[in-house]
Amino acid sequence: MQGPLIDTLARRGVTRRTFFKYCATLASLMALPPSAGRAMAEAMAAAPAASKRPSVIWLPFQECTGCTESITRSHSPSIEGLIFDAISLDYQETLMAAAGHQAEEALHHAMKENEGKYLLIVDGSIPLGLDGAYSCIAGKTNLEALKEAAKGAAAIVAMGSCAAFGGIPKANPNPTGAVSVSDIIKDKPIINIPGCPPIPVVMTGVLAHYLTFGTVPELDKLGRPKAFYGETIHDRCYRRPFYDQGKFAKTFDDEGARKGWCLFELGCKGPVTYNACATVKWNAGTSWPVESGHGCLGCSEPDFWDGGGFYRALSRPADPLKMAATAAAVGAAAGVAITFANRAKKSSAKAAHETVTLADLEK
Amino acid sequence: MNEMQFLTWVRGPGLDIAIGIFLLGVLWRLIEIYSLGRKVDVAPGRHRDGASGLHTVFRRSVPPPGMIKRSPVTYIGGYVFHIGLAIIVFLFEPHIILIRDLTGLSWPGLPSQVIDLVSVITLGAMLVVLADRIKNPVKRYLSTFADWFTWTLTFLPVLTGWMAVQHLLLPYTTMLALHILSVELLLIVLPFTKLFHAFTVFGSRWYLGKINGHRGVPV
Repeated sequence: MQGPLIDTLARRGVTRRTFFKYCATLASLMALPPSAGRAMAEAMAAAPAASKRPSVIWLPFQECTGCTESITRSHSPSIEGLIFDAISLDYQETLMAAAGHQAEEALHHAMKENEGKYLLIVDGSIPLGLDGAYSCIAGKTNLEALKEAAKGAAAIVAMGSCAAFGGIPKANPNPTGAVSVSDIIKDKPIINIPGCPPIPVVMTGVLAHYLTFGTVPELDKLGRPKAFYGETIHDRCYRRPFYDQGKFAKTFDDEGARKGWCLFELGCKGPVTYNACATVKWNAGTSWPVESGHGCLGCSEPDFWDGGGFYRALSRPADPLKMAATAAAVGAAAGVAITFANRAKKSSAKAAHETVTLADLEK
Repeated sequence: MNEMQFLTWVRGPGLDIAIGIFLLGVLWRLIEIYSLGRKVDVAPGRHRDGASGLHTVFRRSVPPPGMIKRSPVTYIGGYVFHIGLAIIVFLFEPHIILIRDLTGLSWPGLPSQVIDLVSVITLGAMLVVLADRIKNPVKRYLSTFADWFTWTLTFLPVLTGWMAVQHLLLPYTTMLALHILSVELLLIVLPFTKLFHAFTVFGSRWYLGKINGHRGVPV
């Protein structure tokens, strides 16, 4: 891309007005004051001649490329995709034309040129098992690559549940010893954008925030931007009134399911999942999992894979009870044993009983 | 351990342990108590209207004449929180799903807003009853550690459940896990404290009613 972003957008048929509206929406989505929308628009539109665009390095570790697919394809072609034009994506294996040594060179060049300033995006978890041999790029383990790239980064974005929390690779029994970015890097600001995959607009929102203000947005305890992960799916769900009324779909094809009743009984994890799906939706606002008739899997929460089963209602036991029968038998046996002990005590008391005679009393 | 692991633990191994100890304790104590038996009363029975086990079961569920005026907090507070607890435990939809999963039995529930209101009333009644226990010198004198302890263990599940639904203090996931944990503590302690009256109350009333009924005394 050459010249300011606004020109590029114009060439692609996006008017200035549309772009400003988009920035205002983004700002309001992130719960920023109205002035922030304008600031964002100006910062990004004015942007950056080719040489000054903020450098972004995207490292893929143990991942499935779903996060990249989500960002690049779901809204494409759209302003979301074009926001990427405001940055200089210097290394992204899936998207870059270069391969092999050339790609490595681009990576090291970008790291050197922009030391201390580049934004590092990571998707995928980092395997620590077998000294990290489970996943290597150019002969380097993911652990080495992450440490090296993190050193010069201004901030790190952990894209997707794998980078943010370990995700599916970390699922029990975690054969590769997978960990999250924040398990390794402790001295850099880390923004977690979990989801499997994350919502594209969340990604662009965070990027826009960073480009505009040069800071990371306000984060929650798990390092997630509060603007998008501040409320549960359940609280924002359009099916919530059915939950309150006690109307539940019992199977995926019963009358309740056809009437769009609450999916809690079918294992929806909406009540314990913090994400923006219910408000932002997916595929340019077309739909989202619950609207399509399937409960939330809780994909933006740590260890969602091991949360006791996708189709098991939250209020049901996570595992079948194993001790109940044995415990009941032991309890009954204890009761019977004590019964015998009590009976024995009674009979011995009876046997030891001495009759008191008048003579005894007069002694 | 993060919030989700905590929740999964209390829903999994934690629940398993709690229900195991609960069943063990309940069976043990029921068998122990009911097998104690008593000496056969060889005196001929006297009959008097209203003197029987069944009569006592019902009679003791209503206040004796004049008592509600003399001790309104004990009676009204007691009724409100016992009925409230029963409504919350047995008529909240997520609880019914759990019961159905464990026993196969199910029935219709109440709207969650109604449960919400009942929870607030129940919490209020329990606090009033506690304040009375502290304020009333006789009650305070009669109270032991077990009384304060069981009150706390009964109060916590209602409080944490209501706070989880209302999103107070802690994120829902953590509060829900704490709610389930508090119920598990209650289950573990129930068979071994005065809370066991949940299982024995009608049995013991019947027993007393029957013994006294034999003597012709309605109690």
